[in-house]
Amino acid sequence: MREILIVVPGPGDEAAELTAAARSLGEVRVTAAVFGADEEAAADLAGLCERVVVFPAAPGGVFDGEWAAAALTPWIAAEQPFLVLLAHGNDALDLAPLLAARTDRPMLSDCLEIGLRDGRLVGVRPLHGGKVRARVAAVEAAGYLATVRPGAYPAAAAAAAAGQVVEGPAPTGFSPRREFVGAVAAEAGEVDITQAEVLVAVGRGIEEEENLDLIRSLAEALGAEVACTRPIVDKGWLEKSRQVGTSGRTVKPKVYLAIGVSGSFQHLGGLKGSPFLAAINQDPAAPIFAAADVGIVGDLFDLVPLLEEKIRERRG
Amino acid sequence: MPAIEISPAAHRILQLPASLLQALLLLAAGAAFLWILRRRLQLLRAASPQPRLDRPGRRLLRLLVIGFGQARQPRYRLAGGLHILIFAGFLILSVRSLGLIGEAFAPGFADFGPAYAASKDWVELLVLAACATAACRRLLLRPARYHDRHATESHAREALLILGLISTLMVADAVYDGSGLGLRGETGGWREPLATLAAGLLGGSETTLLRAHLAGFWVHNATLLLFLCLLPLGKHFHVLTALPNVFFSKLEPSGAVKPPSYREADFDSLESVGVGRLEDFGWKHLLDAYTCTDCGRCSDHCPAYAAGTPLSPRMISLKMRAAAYAHYPVFGPVVPPAERPALVGETIGEGELWSCTTCGACEEACPVTIEYIDKVVDMRRRLVDEGRLPATLQKPMAALEKRGNPFGKTARQRGRWAEPDGEEEPLLPALDPGEAADVLFFTDSAVAFDPRLQRTAAAFARLLRAAGVEAGHLGRDEVDSGHEARRFGEEGLFLALREQNRAALAERRFARVVTTDPHAMNALRHDYGLERPVLHHSQLLAELAADGRLSFSPLADRRTYAFHDPCYLGRHNGQYEAPRRLLAAIPGLRTVEMERCRNRSFCCGGGSLYLFNEVECERRMGEIRLEQAVAAGAQVVVTACPFCLINLEDAVKTSGREGEIEILDLAELAARAAGLATPAAASGG
Amino acid sequence: MDIYVCVRRVPDTSEVEIEIDRSGRALEEDDFSWDINEWDAYAVEAAVQLKERLGARVTALTVGDEDDEEVLRRALAMGCDQARLLSDDVFAGADSWVTARILAAAMAEPRPDLVLCGAVSADQGRGQVGGFLAGLLDLPLVALATDLQVEEGSARVRHEVSGGVEHLVDLRLPAVVTVQTGLNEPRYVSIRGIRKVAGVEIPVLGAADLGLDPAELQPRVVTEELFPPPQGGGAEILTGSGEEQVERLVELLHEHGGLV
Repeated sequence: MREILIVVPGPGDEAAELTAAARSLGEVRVTAAVFGADEEAAADLAGLCERVVVFPAAPGGVFDGEWAAAALTPWIAAEQPFLVLLAHGNDALDLAPLLAARTDRPMLSDCLEIGLRDGRLVGVRPLHGGKVRARVAAVEAAGYLATVRPGAYPAAAAAAAAGQVVEGPAPTGFSPRREFVGAVAAEAGEVDITQAEVLVAVGRGIEEEENLDLIRSLAEALGAEVACTRPIVDKGWLEKSRQVGTSGRTVKPKVYLAIGVSGSFQHLGGLKGSPFLAAINQDPAAPIFAAADVGIVGDLFDLVPLLEEKIRERRG
Repeated sequence: MPAIEISPAAHRILQLPASLLQALLLLAAGAAFLWILRRRLQLLRAASPQPRLDRPGRRLLRLLVIGFGQARQPRYRLAGGLHILIFAGFLILSVRSLGLIGEAFAPGFADFGPAYAASKDWVELLVLAACATAACRRLLLRPARYHDRHATESHAREALLILGLISTLMVADAVYDGSGLGLRGETGGWREPLATLAAGLLGGSETTLLRAHLAGFWVHNATLLLFLCLLPLGKHFHVLTALPNVFFSKLEPSGAVKPPSYREADFDSLESVGVGRLEDFGWKHLLDAYTCTDCGRCSDHCPAYAAGTPLSPRMISLKMRAAAYAHYPVFGPVVPPAERPALVGETIGEGELWSCTTCGACEEACPVTIEYIDKVVDMRRRLVDEGRLPATLQKPMAALEKRGNPFGKTARQRGRWAEPDGEEEPLLPALDPGEAADVLFFTDSAVAFDPRLQRTAAAFARLLRAAGVEAGHLGRDEVDSGHEARRFGEEGLFLALREQNRAALAERRFARVVTTDPHAMNALRHDYGLERPVLHHSQLLAELAADGRLSFSPLADRRTYAFHDPCYLGRHNGQYEAPRRLLAAIPGLRTVEMERCRNRSFCCGGGSLYLFNEVECERRMGEIRLEQAVAAGAQVVVTACPFCLINLEDAVKTSGREGEIEILDLAELAARAAGLATPAAASGG
Repeated sequence: MDIYVCVRRVPDTSEVEIEIDRSGRALEEDDFSWDINEWDAYAVEAAVQLKERLGARVTALTVGDEDDEEVLRRALAMGCDQARLLSDDVFAGADSWVTARILAAAMAEPRPDLVLCGAVSADQGRGQVGGFLAGLLDLPLVALATDLQVEEGSARVRHEVSGGVEHLVDLRLPAVVTVQTGLNEPRYVSIRGIRKVAGVEIPVLGAADLGLDPAELQPRVVTEELFPPPQGGGAEILTGSGEEQVERLVELLHEHGGLV
């Protein structure tokens, strides 16, 4: 039976999805590696997989790629899991390629699917911002490493039998070359879009900063919060705390109205829990329409004021 | 006959003979004046070369019309009228003033006969009245034009000082003349009202009269010399520099930008590009700075200033002059460039430079022909050379470089506008190399790629077809004209684009070029130097209508139409009539003119790269323009420029006037009136 | 201080209809325009700013062929001191592992004090090279830097971590930092700027120059096939007049609890 190591921040969607990805490869034994998890968290993880290895947390108690690589490298060398899996995201960029190099394994990044062929790891991954996909194959090796795109696999259900929980060793002879100083403090007056049930998201299509008033006004009519894509934050038009995406917040609203949003995977990666997704965009070929439930192709500057009017009418 | 010698030449002052005192005063003032002037000229000599001595006949004509004729003053009735008065007074009274200087050496020198005495007395009275009115305006009325939002200091004090000095000259001369009348026992009467008034006030005592006579004389002569020395220290340098500044003004069309260098024609071998310090400016551009009087007419007409951007054209002149006076001080050494604040970025902010749409309203308004566009472009050239291009412009600029258009579209999409859905054959053929047509339609990027503007090109193509004009376009071989790339300071990119277009044009045969974009027309005319005629579509359509090849029926609507003059069609290329002739050719069309029309037209925000330019502002220029159209009673604004169309249509949306006012291109209106409207264009009404 | 910055030439596919070529493993490139990878431009800017502030020698590296030289010219025009084109027939088909091996070999002399890479590339989107380099050179890594302050021998880096949060970390140099967009404002490179560096010699280094054994340069991941993403699913596109579309949308939003 193949041994698969998933590296996770704790129990949750990520662990459940990675477990599902691992089990899609057939008869496997899944071990979850986690840093500094308490008993409860470890037990939750043990509900998903055969084994949980709890490594000591990095100094500072936060995720630290350097620490994680130092702890995992000897463990992988000793246990020789067939595959190491991580969720593709910011932390994976900080750890996965480093770990692949240290453990001398072929690595597939950002896979939408993983599979086996002749005992080798194969996968499907997006190129050119999702405009095309590639079938890729790793060369024959003793073991592999891959990162899997969040949402690519539906979360696995917890098994009846709980796996065993063991402690992993602290990295030996670790002299930190990288030290955690602190998290960057949230700006005052930040909104918490992660708790909102309805979000109106705005993207590049809004063209000018002053046009954001259209969106704010619509959100007010809906009783929603305003969210946005990365370019809007890069321009300094909205606070970072409103950014949805892999480099922003992860949100789980019931309804998500995307206006002038092209729908890059980085943005959609921040959208969880399958909300009702409606999109307004000028470009009928925008990827957002592939992900949306309903869409209107048209000029947002015409449609948004009209939409607000209709909503206010409906509410009296 | 008087009993005593009344000429001041006969009277010692402080034991000195009058001629000696006058000679000493002249020497002192002359030395001081020349010393200051030397410093002012030192900067001009250190400046970059600028050929401004060609075509002396045309220059003299300009000097007569704009300089002596004060042709640009009447745009402001009161202030302009006052200035004409003071200027005329100055010309007439300078004879008198020189006469009074000579009087110290030769008695009777200042006597130019009774006719001159009478006219100069009346002129002095008028000048005094003008000074009083001007002072009232400065002190009491305080027109907004004199208070620049971006100014850190007011020039009101200096203005009042100068008005005071002029008044002193007038009063001193009146006292001198009036006392002279009294001493000679004459009366001036209505012929010399001011002198008569002074004589009346001074009374009959001979001693008083003589004292007043000498005092008036010496106060006048001393004030005159003081005035001369004060001129090059402040904004009234214009008294001396304005006429030369008009003589040396730019004779090239305002739509032509200056080359990066007059010395070196090969752009790539230039050591440095653009203006980064004072001395990089051409000498005439520095003379501009000396000449600015802070009258504010430029900023009053500037759309960027009206929109609340960081730009106020006059501040560029004022800041340049302040820098010139500070770095070339009257006493002490020239401040080396390394010890000065950066001219571009500190003295003149980047935001100011990127706010200019190069519409030319400021230059058109300036009474002393100060140039702004060339300066702005030169400073932008330096910013671009140093990599300081605003982030939002980098993508479109890179797309221009890589794909030949700012939108990043592929070449194969360029001719698609001519193949709208539902048409069996192209509205206009793309000419392959070697092919010929009578008229070549140069679309430029925005018209080729923007879906809204493609409709204007289609309307124009239908009109050409209906009129039986043999026309074609360059298809995928056309690239952006580079008009805005050049004006944003990216000269190298402009040259590369021009080379591609020149090659594409050279491979095809045609008699004339036509374009719907005045910027493209301006580029082809002035930046490319194309030898064949370059027409704007308003000209070609007006010509076709006049020849009877296009005929128009009355429109069904009863709306009022106003024509918005695009900057690069009107101000920069002088074409005001053709579009109006075309409107007049449509039977029954009701038109109005906006207050700011023709050469006073108000820019609606700029074209091409300006669509990507994010400048901080309080209001959009397009919205201001739209309000002007509404105020004129227009329900349809007809324009003849793709970017005016976009900017004004945006303004209709952002100001919530949908359904209230419509924006149309001339070609679309003409197509409607010719019964050629496409369904999409027709539904626009 | 010696700074290496790794750059890559990528196609801009934003306005292009993607077509897969006959081999099935590559795209039709006729309509592509090429430029420096956006993330790499931020990395170059960061390196040049460090040079301007602290004094450093900045070397730009790319793995590719003569077409890829243009991104090195761009890096030079932005202010890099020198550039190396790492090119050899045996490099053909390099995956990110082989690319990292070649880059690491080019950093053998002088040893780097700081290695800067873009966090990902716009075309491949793997985000591997920086991490591989850290592993191969045995240097510490920070990914997705959004701010970078360097002092003697150390760097303070702000970087993005999962969950939309940013951390500050101190790095002992030498180190590898991968750069996220928004770290700075990359300067514009004018056509004149490019022409000014047209005469700068860019050494071309092959496997032998770098002391690499071609046998070690076998890719670990191969692309077998490209295919368009599945069309299935997708939004129900509302039709009718703007008014009708919007009314239907309001109805749907209401049904799904969007009118709170």
